[in-house]
This record gives sequence, C-alpha cells and structure tokens, in this order.
Amino acid sequence: MSERSGEVERRQQGPTAEVVRERTGMFGVHGSGDTSGYGGLTRTVTMPAAASRPYGSWFDEAVDVLAEVLGDAGVAFADAVERVVITDPRRPAEGEGPSRDAELTLYVAREHLLAVCRALRDDQDLRFELSLGVSGVHYPDDVGRELHAVYHLTSVTHGRRLRLDVACPDEDPHVPSTTTVYPANDWHERETWDFFGIVFDGHPALARIEMPDDWPGHPQRKDYPLGGIPVEYKGATVPPPNQRREYS
Amino acid sequence: MTAPAHDAPHATGPAADDYGPGVAGFEASGGDWDEIAREAIGEERIVVNMGPQHPSTHGVLRLMLEIDGETVTEARCGVGYLHTGIEKNMEYRTWTQGTTFCTRMDYLAPLYQEAGYCLGTERLLGITDDVPERASVIRVLMMELNRVASHLVCLGTGGNEMGATTIMTLGFTAREEILRLFEAVTGLRMNHAFIRPGGVAQDVPEGFTDQVRDMLPSLRKYIGMLGDLMLANPIFKSRLQGVGVLNLSGCFALGITGPVLRSAGHPYDVRKAFPYSGYEDYDFDVPTDTAADCYARVVIRIEECYQSLRIVEQCLARLDDTVGAPIMVADKKIAWPAQLAVGSDGQGNSLDHIRQIMGTSMEALIHHFKLVTEGFGVPAGQAWQTVEHPRGELGVHVVSDGGTRPYRAHFRDPSFNNLQAVSVMCEGGQVADVVVAVASLDPVLGGVDR
Repeated sequence: MSERSGEVERRQQGPTAEVVRERTGMFGVHGSGDTSGYGGLTRTVTMPAAASRPYGSWFDEAVDVLAEVLGDAGVAFADAVERVVITDPRRPAEGEGPSRDAELTLYVAREHLLAVCRALRDDQDLRFELSLGVSGVHYPDDVGRELHAVYHLTSVTHGRRLRLDVACPDEDPHVPSTTTVYPANDWHERETWDFFGIVFDGHPALARIEMPDDWPGHPQRKDYPLGGIPVEYKGATVPPPNQRREYS
Repeated sequence: MTAPAHDAPHATGPAADDYGPGVAGFEASGGDWDEIAREAIGEERIVVNMGPQHPSTHGVLRLMLEIDGETVTEARCGVGYLHTGIEKNMEYRTWTQGTTFCTRMDYLAPLYQEAGYCLGTERLLGITDDVPERASVIRVLMMELNRVASHLVCLGTGGNEMGATTIMTLGFTAREEILRLFEAVTGLRMNHAFIRPGGVAQDVPEGFTDQVRDMLPSLRKYIGMLGDLMLANPIFKSRLQGVGVLNLSGCFALGITGPVLRSAGHPYDVRKAFPYSGYEDYDFDVPTDTAADCYARVVIRIEECYQSLRIVEQCLARLDDTVGAPIMVADKKIAWPAQLAVGSDGQGNSLDHIRQIMGTSMEALIHHFKLVTEGFGVPAGQAWQTVEHPRGELGVHVVSDGGTRPYRAHFRDPSFNNLQAVSVMCEGGQVADVVVAVASLDPVLGGVDR
C-alpha cells in the first residue's frame, strides 16, 4: 500500500528528473586520502528533466493523439505516462524547435504498458508498427525504480521514433510482456530477463537466452562483478578491469 | 588378417557399456533408414540437433529440428554459445575504448557497430553537428565497402552450404580486395576500432582514393561473375525459389529488417528513412522484390553491392575535394591528442606529439595523460542510434551517468532479432531447405551472442 502511495506522490510532484547517482569529489578519487581540496564536493546527477509544452516538431500531436486513444480505452494519460522527456543532440538555439534528431521518451507506468503499446501500434496517426527490441538498465541508486526496461519503437509509416522507459523496483521486478503486441520482443525480453532479472509477466517462454540455463545471477546488473584475473606482462601485473583505478 | 577381438581396445568405443534402464538400443546393419526408424521407434517424434558445430549454421547456431521423415515439423534456435559479455565489458572502459569492444560483435561487419556506437556517443555529447565532413565521408566509404564485403561472405558461404564451392571461392577472393583496402586504412582486416567518438582514428593514407578506384573494376567483375554463376543457374533457382518465404506482415511482426524485409516488398532502409553521416546527400537506390523468398534475397544482396559501389564512388570524389581537412572534432577535450604515423621501424608512432608533450608543454602532457587514462565525461542521458547494417537495422542504446565510461551500451543486433524468423521460415519445409533459409537470414553469431 505504501509503495502505491509513493508512486502517486511521485507523480503528483509533477515533472521530475530521474536521479542517477550522487557524485562526490572532483577527480574521482576514492579509497585514498583526497588532497585536492575538492573532497567535500557533492553533485547530484540526474537524467534529462521532463519537457514542457509546446514540445515542438511532431511530439505535441503524437502525445495528444496518444492521450486521446488511451482515454477512449479508459486509461487516464496522467496515470499511464509519468513523464515526457525530449532530448536533442543538436542543441537548438533558444526559441527554435527540436531538430530532426531529437528523441522522445515516454516514462510509462508498468501497469499501463500494454495499453500504451497497443495504442501506439494500432492508431492510424501513431502507427508505431516496428519494435526494435528491449534494452535493460540497472540504476541501483534510484530507490524503488532500480530496473528499467527500455523499448524503442519505429513508425515506418510516419518516419518517427520514440522510446518507452518502464521502471520497476528490485523487490518486485515484474513488467508485463509486450509479446502479444510486438512478437518481435520475444527474444529481447528473454535477453533482458537473462541479464537483468526483470520478469516479463505473460511471456510465452521466459527462459535464459545467452547465459546457460542454470546460471546463477543476472550478469548485467551493477552489483554483479565483471570478474577477470590479473595479467602479468614484462614483469608488471595488470589488475583485472574491475579492480583498476576508476575516475567516474 | 584376423578381425580384432570384440573387447580389444578401440579408438572409438561406445559411449557407455550400459545405457541404463529405460533407454532402448537399436542395432542396424544396412537397409533403408525409413524402415529401421519405423521398426525401432514407430511413430514417435524425432528431434535432431543441427549444430552448434554444424558447418552450415554460420558459426555456433544450434537448430533443434523436429522431423517427420524429411519434413521439418518444428524448428527452434538455441543461441548463446558465443556470448562473451562485450556489453558488460564496455561498462568498465572509457567511451573511446568502447569501439575496441563493439567492433568484435558482428565480426563480418565490424565498422557498423563502431559507427552506431560512435554516432550514439556523439548524440549524448551533443556534437553530432561538429563531426567534420571528411570524417563522415570516410565513415560512409568504410561502411559501404564493409557492406559489400559482408554480402560477399553471405553469398559465398550460402553457395558453399549448397555445395557450390566456386561461389564460395569467388566470394572470398572478391572480399580479399576489400580487406586489402581496410588494411591500408586501419592496419587491420577486422576488429578495426577505427571509427572513434568525434571522428575517425586517422586520415586515409596518401593515394588511397586511387587505390580504391583501381580496385573497383575487378570487384565489379567478381560480383558480375557471382551473379552469372547464381541467378540463372537452374539448380540454384530450384533450391532457392519459393523457399524460406516470409511475407511483409510477418516481417513487421517479427521486427525483421534489412534484405529480408526488402525481399518482401518494403523499401525500408535506415539510410533513407533516418539518415545519418550525411547519407541524405548520396545518390543511391534501395532495391526491393516481392517474391519474399531466398532467391529474392540473393538478388537484392547482389544489387545492394552495386548500389554500395555507387556510394563508394561518390565518397571518393568527396575525399579528393577535402584533402587535408580535419577528421576529428576540433574540441580538444574529446579529440585524441596524438596522430599516429608509420615510423622507419614500421611501427605506428607519433614522434612530433611526443616531442611536444615531453619537451615543451607540461600542460599538454597532463592533458594527454588525463584524456587517455580517464577519458572524457559524457552528459547524463540516453540515446538511440540506428544504422543500416548489412543484415538489417542495428540499434545502439547508450546510457551515460555523467561519467567517463558508458553506464550501459546495448546493441540491438539484426542477426539476433532475425533468427526469430527461423521457425516461421522452416516449419513445413524440407530439412535441406533449413540450410537455405538460415543462409538467407545471414546470421553472424558473434553479433547474436555479443
């Protein structure tokens, strides 16, 4: 119950940016004395923040149509889509619209994922008929939303692309399977289960695909070590990559 | 000479003396396999494992076929035998070092992984517009040559799997010409790590455009010979036509892209639909067919080779126009500090740069050290970049947490996705058609398993 109210609270706070991590210090020094004087520096790293209207380009129209179609299906847009984010690699000037490389991301609540996918695929003004698979991301510091499943959809008809980002907590790693809407996601969901441990409810055969069937753990999670052994070369020893000095 | 005693040591003995209870053993001494099978196991189903070490499965693909006589009633794929954790490894290296890893995924089309990854990184950095034109032209040139090389392997091995060794030797001979060009530019025949975030590692060597121009006629001749050998050959046609059919709606439902989708009639090509690296400025066509079978895919691949060579010629003209122009972004916070040149000892080195950082500028030395060991920071966010890979749409999902290493790099490999179509293409067909259908998908298991 408390988890549900937490989710509602998060939504009522309005557009917020996802906190990825806290960075301390200046030069990425960890575990030894920091003599740089910047050791007390703390910065919060966030993902790009929610966009505000007008989004520009085709984004307004697509979001409006999606809201309308979801409304017809009995799903409130605000419940289904937590956040609309637009990122533009070409950094347009102030007042200019987004470039053709701008990316639209919809942060979708997992309970409404199927309704959103169905609306995006079937409505003639959206027509995102091609799914290019599922990618997982693990944010251990984003408490309550540690595991993300990311879907990239393409509308070949309209020449558009968008991204769906669905989060689920580590304690309850369940996301509905989208294979009924996009059969192409079958193997991709298996891969995301294999590497991240996200359970796609309703998947026809959610077995591991890359790792052996009896493999313990989910290797792409951040708490899963990379492994490796030290390598000797010309008298010096090179430690395995996860034990080398890191700066970030 | 007497026959060896039955209990004498054999080079290859039976797997076990006793198979245990519940396991029936059969002895066959000649005769028709059909009759033996009927006597031995009656109407029970037979599941045959094809691979993972089968010569016609393009590496280590395991096909599980349930057969009824010569008919395949169920076909399933097993993958993962070549999984090496490249995506995980990339999270422990800098953004620049990432190209060294992702180039090893699909080893027949290494430059596409590099290009997709670097374009994605440039999106996160917000320097898409700053990549110099000459760098983009070199990228396009290398990618298109790579497309021809990859298609030649596909056609060659596809022919070899049907018993046509000449097609294979021709394909590989032609590919050799392209690999020689790659060697001239990157120093390597594969695993180039040549395309880097912000541009390319090095400019093309002097006289390279002429070298390519000299090579093009012989490459065209080889592709022409391949076409002559295959397209009107009655055996080839009877093996391929009407086999491995996958129609347009099937392609979209299963997310199939590339030559397989185009063989079903849709001209979807990322180079036209979502241009990158300036593809909108090149003149080329996207060949399509409507037969949706293996033969149509061969025709399309051959036609795509010619279209790629058209793009290559346009690239050569642009390279000649931009001699001496930069090949890396101007931002010194991102651009690799040294420019390698081949020294008198035959090794790549950068003597002028070493002289500068060791002799004149302490700051340059610090900068070099920081950039090479620590790498550059990339603003937090996620980006999605796709490129038209020889096998379909390659998608790269890169995520940054603001650090100097990729937080996550995911590759949507077209072979991985396209293998999902194996059951649809093979079920109901003959066992021999499985080989043809899989070859028409052209899976490369290095890319599938990553």
